[in-house]
Order: sequence, then C-alpha cells, then structure tokens
Amino acid sequence: MRFVPVVLYTDALLWLLALGLAVYGWTCARRPHLAAPWRRVFQSRAALASGAVLAIFIVIGLADSLHLRRPPSIAEQSVLDLALGHLRERGEKTYSAPLATRLYAKEQVEAPGGKTVREYPRLRYGGSHLQDEADATRDIAWLALRGLLISAVAWGAMFLMIGRFMKRRSPQVPWGAAWVALAVALALAGPALSLSQHWHVLGTDKVGNDVLFQALKSIRTSLVIGTLTTLVLLPLGVALGIAAGYFKGWVDDVIQYAYTTLNSIPGVLLIAAAVLMMQVVIDRNPEWFATAAQRADFRLLILCAILGLTSWTGLARLLRGEALKLSQLEYIQAAHAFGVSNARILGRHILPNVAHIVIIAMVMDFSGLVLAEAVLSYVGVGVDPATTSFGTMINAARLEMGREPIVWWSLAAAFFFMFVLVLAANLFADAVRDGFDPRVRVGGLVTA
Amino acid sequence: MLAYILRRVLYAIPILIGVNLITFALFFIVNTPNDMARMHLGVKRVTPEAIEKWKQERGYDRPLLWNEKSAGVKRLTDTIFFEKSMKLFAFDFGPAEDRRDIGEEIGARMGPSLALAMPVFLVGLAVNITFALMMAFFRATYLDFWGVVLCVAMMSISTLFYIIGGQYVAAKLWNLVPISGYDGGLDAGRFVILPVLIGVVSGIGSGSRWYRTIFLEEMGRDYVRTARAKGLAESVVLFRHVLKNAMIPILTGAVVVIPLLFMGSLLTESFFGIPGLGSYTIDAIQAQDFAVVRSMVFIGSVLYIAGLLLTDLSYTLVDPRIRFD
Repeated sequence: MRFVPVVLYTDALLWLLALGLAVYGWTCARRPHLAAPWRRVFQSRAALASGAVLAIFIVIGLADSLHLRRPPSIAEQSVLDLALGHLRERGEKTYSAPLATRLYAKEQVEAPGGKTVREYPRLRYGGSHLQDEADATRDIAWLALRGLLISAVAWGAMFLMIGRFMKRRSPQVPWGAAWVALAVALALAGPALSLSQHWHVLGTDKVGNDVLFQALKSIRTSLVIGTLTTLVLLPLGVALGIAAGYFKGWVDDVIQYAYTTLNSIPGVLLIAAAVLMMQVVIDRNPEWFATAAQRADFRLLILCAILGLTSWTGLARLLRGEALKLSQLEYIQAAHAFGVSNARILGRHILPNVAHIVIIAMVMDFSGLVLAEAVLSYVGVGVDPATTSFGTMINAARLEMGREPIVWWSLAAAFFFMFVLVLAANLFADAVRDGFDPRVRVGGLVTA
Repeated sequence: MLAYILRRVLYAIPILIGVNLITFALFFIVNTPNDMARMHLGVKRVTPEAIEKWKQERGYDRPLLWNEKSAGVKRLTDTIFFEKSMKLFAFDFGPAEDRRDIGEEIGARMGPSLALAMPVFLVGLAVNITFALMMAFFRATYLDFWGVVLCVAMMSISTLFYIIGGQYVAAKLWNLVPISGYDGGLDAGRFVILPVLIGVVSGIGSGSRWYRTIFLEEMGRDYVRTARAKGLAESVVLFRHVLKNAMIPILTGAVVVIPLLFMGSLLTESFFGIPGLGSYTIDAIQAQDFAVVRSMVFIGSVLYIAGLLLTDLSYTLVDPRIRFD
C-alpha cells in the first residue's frame, strides 16, 4: 500500500507551532529565569490536571493534522482517520441513539413472509454482531469492562515506568493531579474505544455518521482556531502596541486611530462581512483548490486570519500602556543616553519585559476563540460546512430539537467535548496568569 | 465640559470615516458590484444584461470613488462611495434587498431589541455585583473557592448551550413560556422572560468573576486598612467604601455597552424569534444583504463611540475629582 503525504496549510502551521513550543520549552528548561514562572505555574494542581487534559486534546488534534493520500483515491485522510477507520466507514442510514441496535426512524422492512411492515430496522453495524438483541446489555457491559481493564493496565504501566522518574526529577510538582486527570480520561476513553468496535457509542447523526468520530474530528478545528488565530494576532498586537507606546507622537496617533476605528465596528459584524467577502473570492476561484478538503482548509485558515486581524486591538492597547510605562524607566533612559539604537532597546529591553503579558494573552484568548467558533458557525460565517467542528455539529443538531423523541446525542457530545476543552483551557490560563503576573507575587494579591 | 464633549464628537468623525472606508473596501473593492450581482442572481447562467439591470436598479452602476463623466462636485458625489457610504452619515440607509426601507425597519425593530437587552443588562449587572460582593465578603473561604470554581465552569459553557438547554427545559418540557415569538405591549413579558433569564445566567460566570477581581483589588488599598483600623465592621467596609470606590472600574465596563443595547443580541433574538435588530442583522448576514450589514456596522460604530463618551462623562458623576475643563 502506497502513501502520499499531503500537507494542508493548517497542518503545516499547527506542526510549526508545536515545534516552536517545543523549542521554547527546551530554551526555558536551560535558562532558569525563563523557567521560573513556569515552575510557579506547575506548582498548582489545577494547572497540572488541566494541562494533562489539554495534552490529550493536542495529541488528538496533531494526529488529525498528519494528512496523507492513498494513490487511487484523491481524498485526504489523516492519521486519526486511519486509526479510527472503523468509526468513519461504518455509517448507518440516519439517526440512531447511543448504543442502539435499531434505527431512530421507522422504515418499510420486508418481513420473512414476503410482506412489508413498518418498523425500526436493525442497524447495519451497531450491535450487528449479536444474534439476539436481548444480549445487548450484557455485551455492552462486557466490552466496557474490557476497555476499562485495558485502560487500567495502560495507566498502571505508564505510572510504573515514568511516574517515579518524574517524581524524582521534579519533586515539588504535584504530579498526582496529572495522574488523576489522566486516569479519568483513560477511564472514559478505554470503554468508549472498546465499545466503538461494535457499537455507535454516541449514536449517529442525520446521515448516519458516528457522532463520537465527529466530536474527535472537531477537536482539530477548535485547536486550529484557538492557536493559529493568536499566530496572526500576536505579531500585529505586539508590533503595533509596542511601537505606539515607545515611539509616541504621530506613530502613536496613527496606531491609536487604527485600533479605535477597528474596535468601534461591532466584532461579529466585521468578522461576518470579512468572511462573506472571502467566501465570494473562494467561490469565484474554484481552480485554486484540487479537493474539497483543501478548500475547507483554506477557508479555515482565512477565518483564523480574519479573527486575528479583527481582535489584535485589545492586546495592542495593553502593550501600548506597558511600553509607555517602561520607556520612562531609568534603565531605558540610560540606554538612550548611551546611544543604544531603538531597535536594540526594543529587542533587548522592552520586548522581554512585556513577554509575560503576551504569554498570558495567548493562553487567555484560546478558550474565547473556541467558544466563538461555535457561535460564528451558527451565524453562518464560521468554518466551511464541510469541516467538522463543534459549531457545525451544534448547528446541524439544533434543527432536530423539535423531534419526538428528541435527538439529543449530537448536541450533548458537542457540548461535552467543548466544555471539557474550554474548561481545561480556562483553568490552565488562570494558572499561567497567576504564575506570570508580577502583581500576584509582589502585592500578594489574590486573583484566583 | 461642553467644549470637551464637542471635541470628542469632532474626534468621532475621522473614526466614522475610517469605519466607512473599511466597510467600503470590504464590500465594493474585494467584492465588486459585478460579483454581488452574480451572487444574488445565482452563479450560473447569468447574462451581462441581467447584471447591468441588477446594478442599475440598486444604483451600483456608477464608478466606485471618482466619476470621470460628471462635472464639478458631481465627480465626487455621483459615485458608489458617496451614494452608499457617505449618506450613512445622514442616517439615510436606503432600501434593503427586499426593497423595504432600512431606516424604517430599524426604527420598528429597536423596541423589541431593547425590551430584551435592557432587562438582561440591568438584572445581569445587579446579579453579578451581588455575587461578586458575596465572594469578596467570604474571600479565602470554601464559599469563595467554590464560587470561583462555579464561575469558571459557567464561563466554559457555550452560550448556545444555555439557549438551547433553557429553551428545551423551560419551554418544551415544562411548558412555562412560549418557545419563541414576540408580541407588542404588556404581552411581550411572556415572551421575553426566558431569553432574559438565559441572558443573565450565561453572563454570571465571567461577570461576577470580573467584579470579584475588581473588589479584591480595591480591598488591598490603604483606605480599606484605615477603615478597618478605625473599627468598622467588615460589611460596612465592603458596602460603604469598597463598593463606592469600585464604581469607576465597574462603570468603565458597563456604561460602554449601554448604547450598544440598541443593537440587540444576535443569538438570543434569532433563537427566540424576537423581531429585533439582532435577528435583523443575522437574517441579513445569512441572506448576504450587504445594504443592511453596512447600515448596522455604521450604527454599531456610532453607538460604540457614544458609549465611550458616556463612559467618560459618567466618571465625573461618580468621582468628583475628575474634571474635563
């Protein structure tokens, strides 16, 4: 079997970002003054537990960002698609409840006697290995137990292998919280994966796709939006904010004018207008994209760029104030007196002194962006409808709220995964802020 | 004071021109009138005549910024930029895609928007400040800790969940209120109560946490120590001194949004079928009706600038030390 690797734009950027983070982590580990705030961050239990959860999400997202193609077909598949191929391929006809053996809707089925009756037909894959549906509960319990056992063994093995090593290396870090979080995650993932061999753990959606698989695919979209947007936002916010505060005068006036103007346009409307425009451009140039996945990927990238372009104002304003304050300090005045060039002062003195604000802003923005994606997709200016995301999942499921019995599983899955991701991100961001914010240390201010 | 207000109003003009230039660039340069015509008429099988006719009907058959064929002032005024963007300054919005006048539509939809947004704002502010004061009063106890945990959890839930969940439980399961719709007069209360409740609840998490930080920051100041030192009870310190002094940061955040209440809430209005400006905007976005989106962008910017001005003026009310003369 031959593979041709395919690199989508967002794949490349996401991996570059991961690489950048790894390099940053490596640098931090070798420089005590850079590592100190992170050491403070990782003294909090919440940071460790939420960090472990985020790490799991990131691993899933990165696995979903390695795309390849098998030559006869032109469609891209990610490593996650291949690993969970059984989930992707076993589609049903339409809705089915979680762990159901029968379809949600009645259909004409041919009875043994040659007559047709209207009944709920058996699912093609969900529980189809059972001869008798009465065995379903026992089978589910058995599979769940098996998954739980495998998880327990995996967790135990990991703990024995690296648990003591990590404890010895950095004893002041409360590793227990991370291990507990990992145990909870594995206790959910093990049974789910084990059950997914024969069942649709979270049911199927309107066209019969497995909801669990969709939720897992949505993670990548959220990560892309939450991280790549900051990649656009950071250079703009940092460069313009510092320039305004440091150079003052007409530079300050122009930059202040620019961000007041951008700020005064209602955010959603500006984003909506920009996205609609880009949509027209994309529709006009279908020859740019070889496959639907590439087009969806391009739209996702553009959405990140637009979100970044419209939301750098807050960071810029913050950094402007900070740079204004810093440029009055004695050591900067002294640098001026010694004839140090502006570029050098900015690079050596100002930038390192606002780095903590940048890091705090970056982690704080993540959760807001993940939540915003769902809202934007609902408004119709979010990701491409072909991209699986929490927003598109909610949007599709919302239309079925009126049905009886209610189709709740798609909504529940999307909201649950989104909640866990955003909660972990929020907790982690709080810990980062507490670790990096100098006011917390000096003034003893409690800002949990 | 009057001179200050005048200066601020004058300063608003270049900003509004900038806003107009941005929207103009987005709507007419990235996406030319020809593209707009093609999109509205359907991408396939469009004759050039049909496009010309569409443009003529809507006044898009002029040059963008500079009209060579006209003479005198008309060279500037007989252009799309002047007709479509500069006329917004006179609040002349022109017709929407369905030929209805946007100005009239906005006037009619302001009421329902306010009926929803105003209670959400007022009740939300009261509830958030109350919770924040309680957490600040019981700071560094389990009550405070779990309050913050609850806030973070509530912040992490998508607004869509509050809306969909609330709608399902209150309207469908318990049949307490109608699922969606709107009616004028006193009857509006029946339709508005659930969206208001949802709006308030979805804001509690971030709101009360934010105010709690403000209160705690205020409680680290010297005057608080003085107040305690002279023997005031903790509750008196909190309600008499801290609350009053925290009004400035609270006002900064709150007053700025008051004018924007007119814009309505995009999500809640469209979920609950309230015919306000929020649902108007969403419908326009989904129908790609640029005339409406353009007008709403302009109104939103005007209201935002008005909010900034109001914020500055409100400082003088709560803090007599601040003067603008």
